[in-house]
Amino acid sequence: MNKPHINIDSFWLPRQSSTLAEKVDFGYYAAYWTGIVFFLLITGATVYLVLKYRRRTEKDKTSPIAHNTALEVTWSLIPLVILIWLFFVGLRSYVYASVAPAESYEIKVTGEMYLWTFIYPDGTAVVNELAVPKGRPVKLIMSSKDVLHSLYIPEFRVKQDVVPGLYTTIWFNATNAGDTALLCTEYCGSGHSDMLATVKVLEESDFEKWIEQQSGPSDLPPEELGKLLYAKKSCATCHSVDGSPMQGPTFKGIFGRNEEFSDGSRVAVDENYIRESILNPQAKVVKGFPAVMPTFRGLLKDREIDALIAYLKTVK
Amino acid sequence: MSQTATVDHVVAPDSGKGAVDYIRNGKGIVSWLTTIDHKRIGLMYLGSVVLAFLVGGLFALAVRLELLTPSRTIMSAAGYNQAYTLHGAVMVFLFIIPSIPASLGNFLIPIMVGAKDVAFPKLNLFSLYIFWIGALITLSSLVLGGIDTGWTFYVPYSSRVSTTAVVNVTLGAFIMGFSSILTGLNFIVTMHKLRAPGMSWYRMPLLCWALYATSLVQIVATPVLGITLLLLIFERAFQIGIFDPALGGDPVLFQHFFWFYSHPAVYIMILPGFGIISELIAVHSRRKVFGYKAIAFSSVAIALIGFLVWGHHMFVSGQSELAGTIFSFLTFIVAIPSGIKVFNWTSTLWGGSIKLDTPMLYALVFLILFTIGGLTGVFLGMLGVDLHLHDTYFVVAHFHYVMVGGTAVAFFGGLFHWWPKMTGKMYSEKGGAVSAILVFIGFNMTFFTQFFLGSRGMPRRYYNYLDQFQPLHAFSTVGSWVLGAGFALGIVTLLVSLKNGKQAPANPWGGLSLEWQTASPPITENFESTPVVTHGAYDYPLAQGQKEHA
Repeated sequence: MNKPHINIDSFWLPRQSSTLAEKVDFGYYAAYWTGIVFFLLITGATVYLVLKYRRRTEKDKTSPIAHNTALEVTWSLIPLVILIWLFFVGLRSYVYASVAPAESYEIKVTGEMYLWTFIYPDGTAVVNELAVPKGRPVKLIMSSKDVLHSLYIPEFRVKQDVVPGLYTTIWFNATNAGDTALLCTEYCGSGHSDMLATVKVLEESDFEKWIEQQSGPSDLPPEELGKLLYAKKSCATCHSVDGSPMQGPTFKGIFGRNEEFSDGSRVAVDENYIRESILNPQAKVVKGFPAVMPTFRGLLKDREIDALIAYLKTVK
Repeated sequence: MSQTATVDHVVAPDSGKGAVDYIRNGKGIVSWLTTIDHKRIGLMYLGSVVLAFLVGGLFALAVRLELLTPSRTIMSAAGYNQAYTLHGAVMVFLFIIPSIPASLGNFLIPIMVGAKDVAFPKLNLFSLYIFWIGALITLSSLVLGGIDTGWTFYVPYSSRVSTTAVVNVTLGAFIMGFSSILTGLNFIVTMHKLRAPGMSWYRMPLLCWALYATSLVQIVATPVLGITLLLLIFERAFQIGIFDPALGGDPVLFQHFFWFYSHPAVYIMILPGFGIISELIAVHSRRKVFGYKAIAFSSVAIALIGFLVWGHHMFVSGQSELAGTIFSFLTFIVAIPSGIKVFNWTSTLWGGSIKLDTPMLYALVFLILFTIGGLTGVFLGMLGVDLHLHDTYFVVAHFHYVMVGGTAVAFFGGLFHWWPKMTGKMYSEKGGAVSAILVFIGFNMTFFTQFFLGSRGMPRRYYNYLDQFQPLHAFSTVGSWVLGAGFALGIVTLLVSLKNGKQAPANPWGGLSLEWQTASPPITENFESTPVVTHGAYDYPLAQGQKEHA
């Protein structure tokens, strides 16, 4: 599986790839410089005082001054004013992030253990790849099929929990064409850190082309299409083709293999079993593996399932 | 002279006459298990929480080792999730929450206010047993399938999906909550009712004020955790729908309940640390505390305002924007009293007579690390900035600066400060100083690195991570070894002193509060006769020179 990449072009933060990013970063650096100044004041004073007032004799006379109201009021009020300013700085970018423009392009997002599905207005469903047009506001309407997840795109500075039984939304306006990472940031189980997607920011014309291509190139032989789908539909997140055990059983030599299930029954893997496992994965769970695979019903057409079966026959 | 005359008669350093000290008063394990002496109970808590610290620390080292490489290093994903969950659960429920109050607090509060014991000594012993039972039930998960939910037990993963021993850990935490509540109750009544003649509120050591504020939070907040965990257990066992949307529940409600306790619990963890630092800085500078009342009341203010900020853990959870805005504002307000404390501690150094004994070194380490922890909290309190930083390593770094750089460092500083009092032994200053320096270096290597990781977009609780983060992760892992060595050296230094340490004088640091006016170790009833107090805990220029410092 190809892992996505976060572009980092400053000492602290990822590249600013959305209109929100610079507003968030302004707040980050406001807190940062405030922090640096106070840190230097406090540690500077501490080091200076410790050196200056080192104990010289056991009879050292120490200061009897117990407090100083003017000083104490000052050092309470100045930080208070700064903190309230920082609160408003934080609030400003938050309000910007919370209110999506009315003309936003809407994409429906589903999170489940452990993959992301993005459904476009024309019904196209894509797994673990979010293509968005550059320079156009995009609104994600998100929900979870199982446990809590959280959708995070560091270069866009957006993050929002994805909750079962609730729609949450975020929006962004991407400013840099290219790929970046989308990560799950709410712990969701053993595959949490594999629940990644690639965000592809495309120029408007490329975006239209990309949408059209999603139905899959029709001229590929079935084995080739199956291999492509294995990668694109995130089968690779949980099933290896080299024999190594992951979340699910390996595909190496799967066709014809005699599998034992958690209820003790056995079957030799054939076309029907593979089809059933894709559409109704909990029906027969291979012994020793957790029953966590999501269904791909609605995400794969019959032609694509046939292609996957054809591909699996070649994985030996 | 009259300033100290009244307490002089209770100074019985190494008298050897009269009553026998509390350690030698009663032999055999039964005499310890049935004791109602607050000092012995405090010592048993101390042993228990240090053991928990070692267990939690081993999990931490395992987690860091696994993160040395971007994919599998030493364990599976399931093993990693259990390791970090147990690290968090053990450190929070078995170590930090009971650490300072139950061990040092138990030992010190009655002595500091001039009492023979806590108000309810049998209840105190009962609390210890409750703690042990809860701790054992929690740790039973180690052999019964572990736990992989994170210490926050978020639903519906914890209630429906996880196949691990969630019930054991939550039930154990539920039971330990009662120990926390009863200990808090005991301390509050002790401070109200058992102060010695002349021990007015404003003469109490600041550790007492801090533990008073802590106890308030323990009593008011802990029941909410108990109810929440009980509901979670019910949902898991009987499928009643409280939190799981598949059963008609609301997962965000769980987060509200959980943080309604667990944010105040952050103050249960840090306020006692504040109290210790006030003691260490004043005594090792031999200077009157600057802003005594400000420090005392800021503890109470933090305890109260701390109840109103739980929603800042939930800015991206799906709670309403208005709620988020209110919680953010209140979060900034609660920063003020913490800032006031730091300024007062720094000012207490001014005009002092500062000696860099091991406890003072730990106090300075605290001052620097806690300042970083507090200032980085400002980033997370800002709504817009939290969108980027929430649930990343920035958060991990921030709360470790507060919980480890703050509380754990204060706990170790306090341990070195009162060790001579508790055991009657002096430890190696060299060992103590080296441990403080190693902790400082190792801690910053481990956790400052994580501010970079988080700012650059590295999420927390990740078993596999993007290859681009490996150099920073590897550096952090190496830091964890230095940090581990620092804490281990501290513990070894103390243990070695039990065998080889010189006999401690009654008052090795020149402290003025009552615990330094009785023998090291104290006799069973703390004082030969009830002390009469005529000055505050830090009236240095007045009392100084009138006492013999050993």
